[in-house]
Amino acid sequence: MNPVDAVAGDGAAEEVGATAAADAVVLRGVSKHFNTGRKGTVHALDDVDLTIRRGEFVSLIGPSGCGKSTLLRLIANLIEPTAGEVVVNGKPARQARRDQDYGMAFQQAGLFDWRTVARNVELPLEMKGWDKARRRERSAEMLRMVKLDDFGRHMPWQLSGGMQQRVAIARALASHPPLLLMDEPFGALDEMTREHMQAELLSICASQGTTVVFVTHSIPEAVYLSDRVVVMSARPGRITEIVPIGLGAGRDDATRDRPEFFAGVTAVREALRGVEGMAAMGGVDDR
Amino acid sequence: MSLRLRQVSAAALPPVVFGLLFFGAWEWAVRAFEVEEYFLVPPSKILSTFADNWSLIWESVQVTGANALVGLLLGTALGVAVAFLLMSFRSLDQVITPLSTAVNALPIFVVVSVFSNMYPATSEMPRRLMVAIVIYFVVLVNVARGLRNVQPTHLELMQSYAAGRWAMLRHVRIPNAIPFLFTALKIAAPMAVITAFVSEYFGGAQNGLGSRITASLGGSRKADGWAYVLAACLLGIVFYLISITMEAVATPGGTEHQHRGRSH
Amino acid sequence: MNPPSALARSAKRVVMFALAIGLVVVAWELYRNLGPDKGGKVFGWTVLPKANARVMPSVADILGRFADPLGRGGEAMWWFLTKSAWYTLQLAFLGFLIGSLLGIGLAVVMSRLRIFERALMPYLVISQTVPLIALAPLIAGWGGKLSLFGWEWQRWTSVVTMGVFLSFFPVALGTLRGLKSAPAASVELMDSLAAPWRVTLVKLRFPAAVPHMVPALKLGAAGAVIGVIVGEISVGLRGGVGRPIIEFARQFSSDPAKVYTAILAAAVVGLVMAMLVSAFDAFLMRRRPKEAVA
Repeated sequence: MNPVDAVAGDGAAEEVGATAAADAVVLRGVSKHFNTGRKGTVHALDDVDLTIRRGEFVSLIGPSGCGKSTLLRLIANLIEPTAGEVVVNGKPARQARRDQDYGMAFQQAGLFDWRTVARNVELPLEMKGWDKARRRERSAEMLRMVKLDDFGRHMPWQLSGGMQQRVAIARALASHPPLLLMDEPFGALDEMTREHMQAELLSICASQGTTVVFVTHSIPEAVYLSDRVVVMSARPGRITEIVPIGLGAGRDDATRDRPEFFAGVTAVREALRGVEGMAAMGGVDDR
Repeated sequence: MSLRLRQVSAAALPPVVFGLLFFGAWEWAVRAFEVEEYFLVPPSKILSTFADNWSLIWESVQVTGANALVGLLLGTALGVAVAFLLMSFRSLDQVITPLSTAVNALPIFVVVSVFSNMYPATSEMPRRLMVAIVIYFVVLVNVARGLRNVQPTHLELMQSYAAGRWAMLRHVRIPNAIPFLFTALKIAAPMAVITAFVSEYFGGAQNGLGSRITASLGGSRKADGWAYVLAACLLGIVFYLISITMEAVATPGGTEHQHRGRSH
Repeated sequence: MNPPSALARSAKRVVMFALAIGLVVVAWELYRNLGPDKGGKVFGWTVLPKANARVMPSVADILGRFADPLGRGGEAMWWFLTKSAWYTLQLAFLGFLIGSLLGIGLAVVMSRLRIFERALMPYLVISQTVPLIALAPLIAGWGGKLSLFGWEWQRWTSVVTMGVFLSFFPVALGTLRGLKSAPAASVELMDSLAAPWRVTLVKLRFPAAVPHMVPALKLGAAGAVIGVIVGEISVGLRGGVGRPIIEFARQFSSDPAKVYTAILAAAVVGLVMAMLVSAFDAFLMRRRPKEAVA
């Protein structure tokens, strides 16, 4: 249909994108108001600027109601901004969505109960009009990647929560999109599974060169995963600080014991403390 | 295997014992106190009458069963069709759904007395139409709910694929509504039998189970009436068993986990 | 959520319901005027009902019929039907009350003694799938022939018995499910407080059961109405709305609007019973979050 779809192969989409722009996501003066013009207008986001480079892992953190999920949905073009411009993969966000330039994962795995695990992974490919053989091949590859090779024929409800979330990630990455948007994907998992999933996510994204925008409540999670942590405040939703994390590539379990990790956690916590009303909101997990 | 067998027999034992006790007490009471036939007929006599009159009973079972089945299919088809219509027209939905809920509270089957006058005297259509109308509301309410109550995550996911209305319907709404349809059928199948049966009390052709029960009571053959009651119960159970078998086949793993936020 | 919107919501419900009734009236008049006069055949099978004025009187005619006398002379139709509906409502309510109390009682026993639950549960499920109403003509025969402890079994008692019968089973089933729906954590809390079974029942299990019991009670109320109306017809009991429906249907060719008035009266009985349950529900759930009700 469009040129990107027509080109098969892995790096193709990325190359086309790369020539178009060096940055994965660019937000310029973006605002989102709900109930505009009425008495109860909510300024979910006010005048936000943010640029995310290719291959970067960026987390959004902040108290409940700071608009981090709204920001993610604006990038995904699931909602339209009231003002400002959202550029994804060098195109307007709406076009990027039409071209499936990103994959998305949610807090609920959101698998279809009526499809097998493999056919869940194939869904985005079906929507792109891929033929069956190619879909099969890719879903097998993706399931291998998330270490669920043997579960393709299972039904989603036969899997544990962590496994379901892995299927959701495989689905989000099935078309090898250059960008992955994640809305608290590990929020419903237990701590052990969560740390395990974080490590897996990093290695998968490193191998694919995927850019990630990651919404979370957890400071250690944000620090462990990210190159930069975007700290936000509520009412109106704004970016208050962007904390760079100096952990470099190749993170593993030992990373959580390194002084740089603790320094990062402290820095993000300090930034959040600066956020007014943080304590009252109690929105961020200190685990 | 033997463990499973033991589990099944452990579950079946109490109801079987209760059943035997109940019918045994009934049998004994009727004999011991020489209860008159107009009050109670002993189970043994019901069974023997049932066996003796089987060919007659089978005829009326077919009549009532066919009425229930045709009405069930008509009502289901209509209910599903209107559910799709309501999904497309939200404002219509806000009017129809409360009406459909209210209908559940009404003794709507009395309308059959009017239908009987709208068709030729020998027609089975009044009863079939009556069943169809009752089933229609059950199916409509449930299927409409299934088409509407989809997970927000699924909607966002499909939106992220830039999916159109048709893709949304095919991949999300219809599959989501299927367990709801089977739940509706599970309620509707026995209800179809009951409605077909009750409708016969309101005039029209006198060849179904309900008419036979009334007719057999006029004379002194009370046991016939009870035998027809037994047949009516069996017919209801058969409809129910078929509906739960269909549900089990169509939604492996059960519908319970698929009904998020189900109400009823 | 907030009080004014609750008021607005119920106001909207009333408007929507009025609209729905309006829609039915419009559909009726449309079919009456546009439908096939002699009934429609699809594949040679008479499917669509006849739609001429003899069969489908106009809504105005039906409403007007309420003001006319019952037959040649006699009291006004509306007064006759009000009395009939009131009588049927009393019988249905009595049947519903007894049936519900018995059903709730059985559910409590079943929740207390597992063996009863295991023995009776399959029968409760089956009871919802069989036409219990089939027993109506059989029970009808008890009238005037049976006496219990010197008290004569009346014809209306047979009718009420059918109401009891049809409301008992759904209420027992729903209440049992409700009593078992108390969250495990709350049960453990009561256990940790060494609360006796009776206290747990009153303070935890019944409040937790309400959301399950309300739909069951609605089914029971509808069942009682069905049982009583069919019972009236089977027994041949005069005074209620059951007989007029049958009798007026026989006069259909000469006075088509008449039977519709009786049908509307029966509908009113059903609605009033449903409203009684809804009011009971609203009273019990007045301090609970609205989401829990829906």
